[in-house]
Amino acid sequence: MMTESRLHLTRRRLLQGAASVALATPMLNRAWAQEPTQINMLAWYGHAEPDIVGEFEAANNVKFVPKYYAGGDNMLALISQSPPGTYDLILSDAEFVQQLNAAGYIEQMDPSLYPFDDFFPEFQKFPGHWTGDQLWSVMVRYGLLGVSYNTDALTREEAMSYNAYWNPKVTGKVGHFDWHLPNLGQISLLNGNKSPSPFDIDAAAWGALQEKTLSLKPQVGGYFDYGGTFSSLKNGEMLAMVGIGDWITGVLAKDGAKVDSVIPEEGGIQWTESYSIGKGTSKTEIVNKFITYMLSPAGQVKSIQMAAYPGLSPTLSGWTAIQEANPAEAKRSGLIVGADNDPIKMYREGRIFYRDTPKQQTLEDWNDFWSEYKSA
Amino acid sequence: MRTSRPLDVYRLVWRLPLLVWQGAFFVVPLAFLAAMTFWLVQNYRMEPAFVLTNWQKTLGRSVFWDAYWLTLGRALLAGVLASVVAFPASYTLAFRMGDSARRFALMCLVVPFFTSFLVRAYAWQVILAEGGPVNAALGTIGLGPFTMLNSGFGAMVGYLTLVLPLVVIFQTWSLAAIDRSLIEAAGNLGASPGRVLVSVILPAARTGLVLGALFAFIMTFGDFVSPFYLGGSKPPTLTILIIDTTKSGQQWPRAAVVALMMIATLFAVAAAALRAAYGGRR
Repeated sequence: MMTESRLHLTRRRLLQGAASVALATPMLNRAWAQEPTQINMLAWYGHAEPDIVGEFEAANNVKFVPKYYAGGDNMLALISQSPPGTYDLILSDAEFVQQLNAAGYIEQMDPSLYPFDDFFPEFQKFPGHWTGDQLWSVMVRYGLLGVSYNTDALTREEAMSYNAYWNPKVTGKVGHFDWHLPNLGQISLLNGNKSPSPFDIDAAAWGALQEKTLSLKPQVGGYFDYGGTFSSLKNGEMLAMVGIGDWITGVLAKDGAKVDSVIPEEGGIQWTESYSIGKGTSKTEIVNKFITYMLSPAGQVKSIQMAAYPGLSPTLSGWTAIQEANPAEAKRSGLIVGADNDPIKMYREGRIFYRDTPKQQTLEDWNDFWSEYKSA
Repeated sequence: MRTSRPLDVYRLVWRLPLLVWQGAFFVVPLAFLAAMTFWLVQNYRMEPAFVLTNWQKTLGRSVFWDAYWLTLGRALLAGVLASVVAFPASYTLAFRMGDSARRFALMCLVVPFFTSFLVRAYAWQVILAEGGPVNAALGTIGLGPFTMLNSGFGAMVGYLTLVLPLVVIFQTWSLAAIDRSLIEAAGNLGASPGRVLVSVILPAARTGLVLGALFAFIMTFGDFVSPFYLGGSKPPTLTILIIDTTKSGQQWPRAAVVALMMIATLFAVAAAALRAAYGGRR
């Protein structure tokens, strides 16, 4: 009897049940909608941290899942090991975009979606990002590599030449950021290889570059990864560091360390970070929305002040925005048109050279020499 | 016949897990590693092939041999140093302490392994820095500052941090197992303490002493943390060479050549050490 009464379905009960289901459905939908879309990002450290992506994640119900790397060839190695579609968004060093494209790792992009009119003219058609009118990558930030030094050990004048690394005041205290491209690029500049580029050198210049680099060996105190570079400069173990710039010392200086970076008279090297869309991703729309967000004045203010390491803005509106949001940082970074450390002015004076892959040697040649130098 | 057959099955059953384990986690990966040394890398991707280029390019470069002899020399030195430094502590634990105190001390020696070695290396970075406590203490008596970090000394401190507790444990077990009547007999026959040590204690504890040194060698030979974070990669060891080879250019096949050379070296040293530990025993 009891069973019968429990199973007995009256019209009223049916209506009550239907009403309950109807009322609960939006809640179920909301629960499902609350599951954020996952965006897999391959990037240098810091690009998927809350200070950069937090607001975008909250506003768009997405979650960035980063895989961090250090160095362009490290990035290529990681992506080559992964099946297509693993990464939705790839933050690449600009000089490696062509290789990403040649290997078929990235999607073509739609130029009309991005504010290229707002870019400084030098960056609108950035080398390697375009094949004719086909766009493969969009520059989001850049920075300059020069002489980074301990201000107690060297004066600014002494640091205004790469010869500072050979200064007896820093014997045994010169560190290397352990990546051949920026290190050899800087010493190539010291050797006068400016035209067309410190990375486009013939066999004789390559031999001279190796010889000059080997002469630095007695000065060297160690070779450091990203974390080691920070700590060795901060604790004073290293008094000068080859291959870096404000992206390291800017962070340390904010923390009170007595370090600085200058662009020496021989010129500086520009690192450039660009977004590409991973081949095979199903999230193109939201990825494009994020790239547009990062190129907006608000996004650029975040990028310039990124907690992991600062960067410069390729857009004029980014400069204006940081001048309003943080005038001190705008002044420190030179993001004021006509300032002494205005990076665009230095570029137009011919003092800045894009970091690049070797043009007349292979990456393997440069890397093999770097290994030999370390063990010399 | 009737008795041997069931016995074989019984033995096989008990040996099978070990064989499967060794096959799955050692022999097969080792075979794959060996095969990989003949592969090619094109556009940052490995492609199966059979070329000798990786062997020629790796073994033909002075960089490899410089790193090889450095790593071998440092590992041998670490093995010897750890054995010598550990011995007084092991001797005290074995002969001068009671059972319960010894057990407590041995337990304390295991405690460092509860913490990641990387964390301990970072702690040494602070301690050995020019502005660190060691140099500050030396400065009070007018010495220093000395460069200890990013040097061979720094790397050796890391190696000893890694292996010393283990070597003490090996030595203590070995020394504690010595028949005390042998020592007493030597003393009764007029042997000096030094003679007792050299002629009785060291030969009797030979197995544990050699195995302790061998484990110290094996662990330091393959250690990456000490030479990188405390030695400043200056100059690179084989483990750093493997990292350099893989992170730049995706040259896993060449890194596999370095790894195989390391494995071959470890086999040779382990065989020699085991012969020294157990050889001549009846």
